[in-house]
Amino acid sequence: MKLVRTLIAAAATLAFAGAALADINVGVSLSLTGPGSGLGIPMQKQLALFPKEIAGQKINLIMLDDASDPGKGVSNTKRLVTEDKVDVILGSCITPVSAAMAPVAAEAKTLQISGAPVGVPPGQDHWLFRLPQGTEVMAHAMFEHMKKQGVKTIGFIGYTDAYGELWLKAASDEAAKNGMKIVATERFARTDTSVTPQALKLSSANPDAMIIVASGSGAAMPEKAIVERGYKGKLYQTHAAATPDLVRIGGKDVEGTFVVSGPAVVAEQLPDSHPSKKAAIDFVTNFEKANGPGSRNQFAGHSYDFAIVMQKIVPVALKAGKPGTPEFRSAMRDAMETMGRTVFSHGVMNWTKDDHWGYTNETGVMLQVKDGKFVVAQ
Amino acid sequence: MDFSIAGILALDGLTNGAIYALLALATVLLFAVTRVIFIPQGEFVAFGALTLALLQTGKVPGTVWFLLVLAGLAAIADVVDGVRHRHAPLRVARQLLRTLAIPVVVSAVAIWAAPRGWPLFAQALLTLALVTPFGNLIYRLAYEKLADASVLVLLIVSVGVHFALVGLGLFFFGAEGFRNPSFWDERFSAGALAITGQTIIIFGISVALIVMLYLFFERTLTGKALRATAVNRAGARLMGISSNGAGRLAFTMAAFIGALSGLLIGPTTTVFYDSGFLIGLKGFVAAVFAGLASYPLALVGALGVGLLESFGSFWASSFKEVIVFSAILPVLLWRSLRDPHGEEH
Repeated sequence: MKLVRTLIAAAATLAFAGAALADINVGVSLSLTGPGSGLGIPMQKQLALFPKEIAGQKINLIMLDDASDPGKGVSNTKRLVTEDKVDVILGSCITPVSAAMAPVAAEAKTLQISGAPVGVPPGQDHWLFRLPQGTEVMAHAMFEHMKKQGVKTIGFIGYTDAYGELWLKAASDEAAKNGMKIVATERFARTDTSVTPQALKLSSANPDAMIIVASGSGAAMPEKAIVERGYKGKLYQTHAAATPDLVRIGGKDVEGTFVVSGPAVVAEQLPDSHPSKKAAIDFVTNFEKANGPGSRNQFAGHSYDFAIVMQKIVPVALKAGKPGTPEFRSAMRDAMETMGRTVFSHGVMNWTKDDHWGYTNETGVMLQVKDGKFVVAQ
Repeated sequence: MDFSIAGILALDGLTNGAIYALLALATVLLFAVTRVIFIPQGEFVAFGALTLALLQTGKVPGTVWFLLVLAGLAAIADVVDGVRHRHAPLRVARQLLRTLAIPVVVSAVAIWAAPRGWPLFAQALLTLALVTPFGNLIYRLAYEKLADASVLVLLIVSVGVHFALVGLGLFFFGAEGFRNPSFWDERFSAGALAITGQTIIIFGISVALIVMLYLFFERTLTGKALRATAVNRAGARLMGISSNGAGRLAFTMAAFIGALSGLLIGPTTTVFYDSGFLIGLKGFVAAVFAGLASYPLALVGALGVGLLESFGSFWASSFKEVIVFSAILPVLLWRSLRDPHGEEH
């Protein structure tokens, strides 16, 4: 009796192991709870529409919640690489967690595709690729627009954190490149209750345009303060502010503001010449069919693009080895670097050996707030 | 910098300072009466502002359910207490009624009124009624049994309560912030100064509340009892003043002041679930200026913090927080030189 049971168990294990070998295991660690949940939940919703099969291989999604906590992200990653033996990891959607996960994934020689912009320096990001746009490509689109508008002098107000710092650097570089001048630089914290002093200083410098670097509903307060001081020039917001919250809090004060954004969220309004139009429309239609009209979101778009990546690299990697083997994993990573120009719903991606950010300058779209809605700026 | 810029900065600093003053007064009050350094004071601000914001959108705010849960827990504590001390059922029932009546009635009104879109002023009153009972309940559940513990233990409990409230705030209100409509939309201009109606309301209510607190402590028996507890807990207890009662009253007042500050600050800035902490911390800095003991000094300290913050962000916006919180060092030095004293427990 005992022997029979052992035999059955052994057979079941063998059968299971055999099936598992042919499957591609995709580990996903997203912030489904905590402060990052506003980004993680839309990504998860789009993953529900992930293809069940790629190049004849069954795809297993192993979904974990990192609770917006870097420590949890690390233990998730450890679990994914040791127990689930995943071939690729998607995550996280916020920078601190992604950054904490990166060394663990790299040590296990597993490809990590981050849903957040992680500032790991080139050379140390061997196993790490990012889906969101870096600041440079967004700043490029913003400054192209400024150039057309004849802007010469710029005021800058941004968060006193990494996001503000990245933008300050990108804006300084772009300004120098385009012969513009940043005449005033002010900073504020997300928790500040008043930015009147900074607004005073900015508006007394009276630049042609101002860049406000803040995210979501926090982006409205500095803009309101600047408008209240009677500033009449052009106002620019960054892609973190391209959410309905900007309009909800800002009301009529943010009317006419220019906002740079990824193309996916404004699919229908993209000019036909935009390379991402087809992918973006496809993403928005399917996502909103599943989740209701108006539910589209920048981060759901990143999940959509993740599927495009997988469809491109899995067939290439299959030539090198079976899923679950180290050969397959490293072939996937190599395929990322050699996949070449690929059209995403969020722009055109071209990862190379030296650039694991990858977006070309065809990604940023300038929007303008008109009657409480985002429209593509002319 | 010319005169008009200095004027605008001063006005901005004093407006924020007035809010910090209210929070500093609450902090001093709580420390004096209960020896609790109440770090979550700022959470009442966020709860106040965001509860009103959710009522504005016609939703029932999560604070309503939280209030009911806390009241339920306090009621269970009442029953356990009654059984342990073998109180008569009638006495237990009366105690239960006292614990549950206000939270249940207020919650019921809030649930009924939320979708009906009451006028702003009525919703503001409802918000005050919702947030104020939290003071009493939080004191009873977190501090009362530890009332005689050391200041350090009470401080550690405060840190725990702070994190719990911030987490719940995220759960109730979400990660995105809200901005409330102004109570008075008028604008007055005096030269370069633009004074909004909301600024006038902030000053008016702050001054009125400070005067009322003064009258309360000087003229009423309850106020004098609180002061007596502040001076000497044991002595006050011997005179028949319940130190538990004093603590509950002090916490209720602190929650009321916090919620009111939230209503005042809501229209001037975007409030997030975690905005309260830094606002409360600045009130705390002002209270430290006053050695956690003197109300007038706390007021002066708070206005000082407001002005320092405003001029600090004009001159060096990246170092604003550094300037404000470094200012506490010379004050502490001065205080410790002026009245040196050992540990007292």
